[in-house]
Amino acid sequence: MTEPTTAQKPALQTPSQTVGPFYGYALPYVGGPELVPGYHPRAIRFHGTVTDGAGEPILDALLEIWQADESGALSRELGSIDRDGFTFTGFGRCATTIAGHYTFTTLKPGAAGAAAPYILVTVFARGVTHHLFTRAYFAEDSALHAADAVLSAVPGDRRDTLICVSEGVVGGAASYRFDIRVQGENETVFLDFDA
Amino acid sequence: MPHDIVSAPTRGSGHESQDSITIEIEAIEADAAARVAAGGSPELQPRRDYAPYRSSLLRHPTHELVRVDPEEVERLSPAFGHTDVNVLESDLTIQHAGEPIGERMTVSGRVLDGEGRPVRHQLIELWQANAGGRYVHKRDQHPAPLDPNFTGVGRAITGENGEYSFTTIKPGPYPWKNHVNAWRPAHIHFSLFGTAFTQRLITQMYFPGDPLFALDPIYQSIADADARARLVGQYDHSLSVPEFSLGYNWDIVLTGPKSTWMESEEDHD
Repeated sequence: MTEPTTAQKPALQTPSQTVGPFYGYALPYVGGPELVPGYHPRAIRFHGTVTDGAGEPILDALLEIWQADESGALSRELGSIDRDGFTFTGFGRCATTIAGHYTFTTLKPGAAGAAAPYILVTVFARGVTHHLFTRAYFAEDSALHAADAVLSAVPGDRRDTLICVSEGVVGGAASYRFDIRVQGENETVFLDFDA
Repeated sequence: MPHDIVSAPTRGSGHESQDSITIEIEAIEADAAARVAAGGSPELQPRRDYAPYRSSLLRHPTHELVRVDPEEVERLSPAFGHTDVNVLESDLTIQHAGEPIGERMTVSGRVLDGEGRPVRHQLIELWQANAGGRYVHKRDQHPAPLDPNFTGVGRAITGENGEYSFTTIKPGPYPWKNHVNAWRPAHIHFSLFGTAFTQRLITQMYFPGDPLFALDPIYQSIADADARARLVGQYDHSLSVPEFSLGYNWDIVLTGPKSTWMESEEDHD
């Protein structure tokens, strides 16, 4: 496929606006939080609570995750929306519950490139004017964390906010908790990729 | 009170007058303009800490975002395609047994990256209120009628040149509880993916000449007037279909992909 030559000049980006509270019939979809079925032998539970600056749960947040597969490869497969139950596409979407909680069923990613394995997490919510990016790393990969460029860029006393809490095997699956504190005490580190 | 959103408490919600909100809005816009006058760059994105929008008070990070380079995960994005989205999903007027009430319209345009290249074969999602300003959503209690023939949700995959087109009805403005007598200008929510996850965008398209613009703390959360004007679709008579629909054009420009921006030859013309 050839790149069409366009007369377009470099254009200024369209600004973000909040997702608002009323995306419910539009963005969440059946299977969105299940990147793999729960009965997959290596399914993991990736979950947590999203809280605001008062420590209250954010019950109208929408989270997206995007990650490598177990081998560290980024899927190029279609089917993130209309899932077939077998193809790992690496993308998931989940609205928080009235308790501010989210749960994804996925696979533990492999390291993509030189980085330590992580799940890219994007947070949208009413009151959040521009989405927030963060990364969820895994404590068991701590040997790789010292060399990770992003973790190294984060102040040491805030680095733990990017690392899932390992909860062992819960309900037959390895469970990882990644709470997201949008503001306040132990505020999650959010990333600007300067893109 | 209409439009009682079930939500986490928002500090100071609902009691201020429009006038006091407008004073806050104008002070922030003046601050942004002063920064530009002093040689700063215009603010291309909304402020996350934008007090006139009360819901942002407890929902913005207080720490600076940590600037890092995107790596492979961020430089790619999910592959969406025609197997994910039925072509009929771009027509919001044919989802029920009857025709929705309202002003039938099309909104079409192109999705481009920061260098003006088409963003092709990517997912674009949209949602909106009905002609009376009511969303099909259990938390929307605005006492305007639901329209049994309108859900207000559409999806499409962008074409070879980044193009998209939706057929819908024009949404109505609606009240909300940010402050007393707060009204949102009519808008359509859009969600977009680029070729890199760093290009992810959720935003809103507005309609030209809306008298509510100056009063709306969500629109005004983009403190730079030129930047927020990029959210306004343009009426284009050539896109109107005789005896059927009014046409609006709106091109959407995603960030990046990250690159060293160079002035092109054309800029020296």
